[in-house]
Amino acid sequence: MTDAVTNIYMVGVGGQGTLLASEILSEVLMLQGYDVKKAEVHGMAQRGGSVVSHVRFGKKVYSPIIPEGEGDILFAFELLEAYRCLPLLKPSAKIVVNNLKIMPPGVNLGQETYPEDVPDKIRRTFPDTLVVEGIPKALEAGSDRAVNTVMLGALSRQMNIPVAIWEQAIRHMVPERYVDLNLRAFALGRAD
Amino acid sequence: MKKEILSGNEAIARGAYEAGVRVASAYPGTPSTEILENIVRYPGIDASWAPNEKVALEVGIGASFGGARALVTMKHVGVNVAADPLFTLSYTGVRGGLVLVSADDPELHSSQNEQDNRHYARAAKLPVFEPADSQEALEMTRLAFEVSEQFDTPVMLRTTTRISHSKSVVTPGEPPGDVAEGSLEKNPPKFVMLPGNARKRHPLVEKRLKDLEEWGSSQPVNRVEKGEGRIGIITAGIAYNYARETFPEADILKLGMVYPLPKQLIRDFASRFDTLYVIEELDPFIEEQVRAMGIDVVGKERLSVCGELTPGRVREALIGPPEKPACQPDEDIPNRPPNMCPGCPHRGSFLALNRLKAYVTGDIGCYTLGFMPPLSAMDTCICMGASIGNAAGLVRVLPEEEKKKVVAVIGDSTFLHTGVNGLLEMVYNGNRGTVIILDNRITAMTGRQDHPGSGYNLRGDDTSQVNLEQLCRSLGIENVRVIDPYDLAATQRTIAEEMERDAVSVIIARRPCMLMKRNKVELKPPLFVDADKCVGCKSCLKLGCPAIQWDAGAGERGQARIDRLLCVGCQVCEQMCKFEAFGVTND
Repeated sequence: MTDAVTNIYMVGVGGQGTLLASEILSEVLMLQGYDVKKAEVHGMAQRGGSVVSHVRFGKKVYSPIIPEGEGDILFAFELLEAYRCLPLLKPSAKIVVNNLKIMPPGVNLGQETYPEDVPDKIRRTFPDTLVVEGIPKALEAGSDRAVNTVMLGALSRQMNIPVAIWEQAIRHMVPERYVDLNLRAFALGRAD
Repeated sequence: MKKEILSGNEAIARGAYEAGVRVASAYPGTPSTEILENIVRYPGIDASWAPNEKVALEVGIGASFGGARALVTMKHVGVNVAADPLFTLSYTGVRGGLVLVSADDPELHSSQNEQDNRHYARAAKLPVFEPADSQEALEMTRLAFEVSEQFDTPVMLRTTTRISHSKSVVTPGEPPGDVAEGSLEKNPPKFVMLPGNARKRHPLVEKRLKDLEEWGSSQPVNRVEKGEGRIGIITAGIAYNYARETFPEADILKLGMVYPLPKQLIRDFASRFDTLYVIEELDPFIEEQVRAMGIDVVGKERLSVCGELTPGRVREALIGPPEKPACQPDEDIPNRPPNMCPGCPHRGSFLALNRLKAYVTGDIGCYTLGFMPPLSAMDTCICMGASIGNAAGLVRVLPEEEKKKVVAVIGDSTFLHTGVNGLLEMVYNGNRGTVIILDNRITAMTGRQDHPGSGYNLRGDDTSQVNLEQLCRSLGIENVRVIDPYDLAATQRTIAEEMERDAVSVIIARRPCMLMKRNKVELKPPLFVDADKCVGCKSCLKLGCPAIQWDAGAGERGQARIDRLLCVGCQVCEQMCKFEAFGVTND
């Protein structure tokens, strides 16, 4: 294990229910033997606004907040939120993003426009970008509610951690009756 | 014990359990809420939501005077509410240990100000501990109870959002052994703070601070981490982590107890360095005290007093500007501010207030988002419970025609927190005024906690339930009306009628929060917009529902669309459409 800390930004829209995904991710990292810190915000920030969580792991992690500009991985549940986060990343960053648009209020009111071709714009600077068809794959697994686990599956392709550990964490963190659904969703996300 | 990943709040709950806490009391408030939600899972602890923070602390004091250990938790502004008992509790001291958690919110992630509550510890003359991660949150909670009993003082444990809501790896300690029953002990000179008794307590408080200051210089909770000997840093709490990352080579005096300061330890540390930084969030609390000791430091002339620190902000302030980002999008990115949820019952009330051009005195809760466009129906917001008192004051200075425009809005939980007092004032002093209680049956913003009007307690057990109509009537208000805010026409009509009335009236806009955990609100099939009927009038957009989107390219001049993943089928938008363009899907 090197001393370097790896920094993952998790971004999305409040209400997308990304908490479980970030809990599973941190559990995976702890099971893999890393020191882990995760920072998120609750309360008003969760009511449909932009949400940024920080997950950091390595031999020893001090700050739970990622130093600005040092994001190694961007794990995004919505396209615009991924786009917004780009200035916080290293040039070499890997990106996993759900191919989903949720319109912000100004766009819904017809006062602002949602940027076009976000995946292409992201790829221009960050070639290692995985755009995931999260909702179709979740429906294939059995429910659109498993979309965040599909996304975890896709993220797992960008991280060097055995599948068994991801599955162990899912079994541990997900209510029993949803375990099979989530394991299917994870596998579909991980598949190319 | 097995390692776990715990948030600061979960770790505090665990630490309090290990310390043998008997009673835990709180009013929910971000970022403190999860402490009680977690502590309730441990055996042997009486954990409950109090109506407000003052009552929570008073419950804690009672338990402490009965010889039990008590934990009281609140967000930073909650301490303002609890300050009255706190300052005198400092004089009485404790019997069982009492720890007050103040969860501050630098950066105002979910708050109306970013006050630095370390000042309270100084003003009330009690010790304050500041953990830097979850492991320390657990250990300092335990330590705080010991210190509370050893020094006969309430102890403040101060966290910030990045401690409360950050998770890190924790090794828990052992569960407590047998925790003794409480008992009665009469001790008037200590517990009855009449002037004659309190006068004698004050010198003890001053001596206690001196003792604590001395104690702190020899305790591992305040520690020196050796570095290369060139740069010295004094820091505490979350800022310690940023200091450690920004200056890996520095010598660090890491304070766990930030009041009273361990002066001897600081003097010894400071004497070794020409360059000494104090890295702390918000106010120069440590810095000013260190300067008052005659020690020159670099601090707030470089680090901002406003907002939270981050590793980047510390680096920029003390080392230099950051490198250019790898990618900076060259177009405007639409902001995404928080918004009321699809199906939120508050939307109908605020739409009516907007249309009636009311001057709305607001309050603290999800409904403060009624401020956001397009509803844009909130004109003031100060603190919990302020809306009604603010309205009462406004009405006193306005000309007759303007008085009727003033409407106070307040949530059910906030009303029971401190709003009732404002309503008493309004009716007692004969003002006119229109008050809307936005009764969604729960404390929604903090994550749906129960309250005295919800019918359940923190454990989820059935309990008594305040009848808001009867409560208001018993205060002397004759005009109390209940409406369903999903019925837009009736909502607007009722509010308009009561605004005209030359008396105090209360409108209870009642419908449960869409996110209710218990008695779940059943989601209905999503609606759709009939493209043949939608003329693009944008009427429905005035609701500001996240599920209704504007498709500028559709139809002749744009059309509304519904995001099926977001729509909960509340059918409020249907009432906005003159062209009957909204339909219910079959699935």
